[in-house]
Amino acid sequence: MTLFRIVMKSLRQHALSTFVTAISISLAGALLMSVWSVKTQTQATFTQINGGFDAVLGARSSKLQLVLNAIFHLEASPANIAWQDYLDIQKHPMVAFAVPIAMGDNFRGYRVVGTLPEYFTKTEFANGKHYVIKSPGKNFALTNNEAVVGSFAAQKLGLKIGDRFRPYHGLNFNEQEQHEDEYTVIGILEPSNTPADRVVWIPLEGFQHMKGHSAQAAEQISAVLVKLRTPIAGGMLDNAINKNGTKLTFAWPIGATIASLLDKISWFDKVLELIAYLVALVATASILASIYNSMNERRREIAILRALGAHRLTIFSTVVLEAASIAALGMVFGYVIYFLLMTIIAQIIRAQTGVVLDPFTGNMILLWTPLGMIGLSAMAGIVPAFKAYRTDVAENLAPTS
Amino acid sequence: MPLLEIERLKKTFRAPDGGTHSVVSVEKFSLEAQSQVALRGESGSGKTTFLNLIAGILKPDSGVIRIDGREMSALGEGSRDRLRATTIGYIFQTFNLLQGYTCLENVLLGMTFGHGADSEFATALLKRVGLGERLNHRPRQLSIGQQQRVAVARALANRPKIVLADEPTGNLDHNNARESLKVIREACRENGAALLLVSHDREVLSQFETVLDLEKINRAAIASFA
Repeated sequence: MTLFRIVMKSLRQHALSTFVTAISISLAGALLMSVWSVKTQTQATFTQINGGFDAVLGARSSKLQLVLNAIFHLEASPANIAWQDYLDIQKHPMVAFAVPIAMGDNFRGYRVVGTLPEYFTKTEFANGKHYVIKSPGKNFALTNNEAVVGSFAAQKLGLKIGDRFRPYHGLNFNEQEQHEDEYTVIGILEPSNTPADRVVWIPLEGFQHMKGHSAQAAEQISAVLVKLRTPIAGGMLDNAINKNGTKLTFAWPIGATIASLLDKISWFDKVLELIAYLVALVATASILASIYNSMNERRREIAILRALGAHRLTIFSTVVLEAASIAALGMVFGYVIYFLLMTIIAQIIRAQTGVVLDPFTGNMILLWTPLGMIGLSAMAGIVPAFKAYRTDVAENLAPTS
Repeated sequence: MPLLEIERLKKTFRAPDGGTHSVVSVEKFSLEAQSQVALRGESGSGKTTFLNLIAGILKPDSGVIRIDGREMSALGEGSRDRLRATTIGYIFQTFNLLQGYTCLENVLLGMTFGHGADSEFATALLKRVGLGERLNHRPRQLSIGQQQRVAVARALANRPKIVLADEPTGNLDHNNARESLKVIREACRENGAALLLVSHDREVLSQFETVLDLEKINRAAIASFA
């Protein structure tokens, strides 16, 4: 009979309090791991998403608004820019590739974005990764009323190749504002785990000339996605357009723009972290209270073990090990809760942004949190362990004869 | 050399009124290996304290307790625990079995702190005391007499040189007491352990060839109660 088996016996004998305290530990551990994972994965993922471009050119506004609108398809477009602005930046010697986009319509809440067919053929949205249109689909032609639908949008809207649809005016779905123009789905994108998955893509010309749009729209676009030849070019264009110009905004670099947003809302992470730490503290305190309160009823048991030859330190270690075991048991449940929680959070983030977080990604926090909780609980066990250590054997054995 | 030697042993406790009273004051006492001795003592005569001192559960104020050549009274607590676990078996009046453990586990637990768990020997002991069919029963599933026999098996689990029995039949009816005492004595004899049993039960004491009067041995203590 090992020390561990003695501990397991004790946990079984106090099954209810073991279960309750283990659950509180599991919730605390899951909360801590989730907060950290969401924070680190959000920072890592969102700052890396740039759609394969280095910068966004748009109307005079904040860089953040431009990036959110053109890359993440979240924010409203500040204003349109002239077609000529696209032509100018496209011809700039330091620009490798530029794609215009036009937006302002939706199909049942999912953005309808007008762009050029090259967007799907030339864009490398991540290292070595290009958009792929599922077979037997194909890319749209610039002048046809055709659409290529992002994988998530297609799944949610139930669109498949051959389906016809009529976009609605505005970024928010309003049944009264449906356009007359009808588009045919001719391609569905393979999942890219980027915001492009949530978009219904149509040819730019179709968007510009859609019935119901103003005549000006035919000569305007919402923004230009820009791929630079060298990183240095970004600074030069930033100077030329942002500092010396007054009409346009050049949002560069995209990752830093998003990082600045995350910095601004980092206080929210800190609040969540603080809550998680407090929950962890309360959970470990509950272990302390639970074991400490059981010490009175266990005095005789401890005295018997001592009478059988158990050393004081053995008793002390048993109680500390018991506290640590409750935490270990709790963290097993904690992993289950964490994966459930992260799966839900990842689905919400995917639905809102198209970005996919992976709850199963190896993260050191998944190792440190259980170790921390077990260590903290073992420390909490020291108080009742000391009480057990001091148990007087002769006094607590059976009534004296 | 006797297995157990006691010289000028004294133990006093602090009374609630702040004074002290002497519970044990034994000038000389000894027990030979494999012998079986009964100590007669009434309630309050210091029987349990005397046994607890021998077992090293209590530390004497002064005097010498020597067991198997080792001076228990001079050892630190950890060494006393170790000596108790390996050399002494203890049968309590209320058996002190752990309720959450089966019969076999109770015996194995006794071994854990001694020479190590030996499932085969633990099973053999339980079979010897007639509980071969009750290995996985918990104490509350057994009769009082059966619980007592588990306590006997546990006391012998570490192959002790001496078994201390504190009113082992105090909670048993007449028939169970007689049967139980027989088991204790035979099991100790078979395992080569000396037996020091304290009781105030004349029926029990009459079974022993050597019966000593604790009150005579423990003169100062009696005086202190007077």
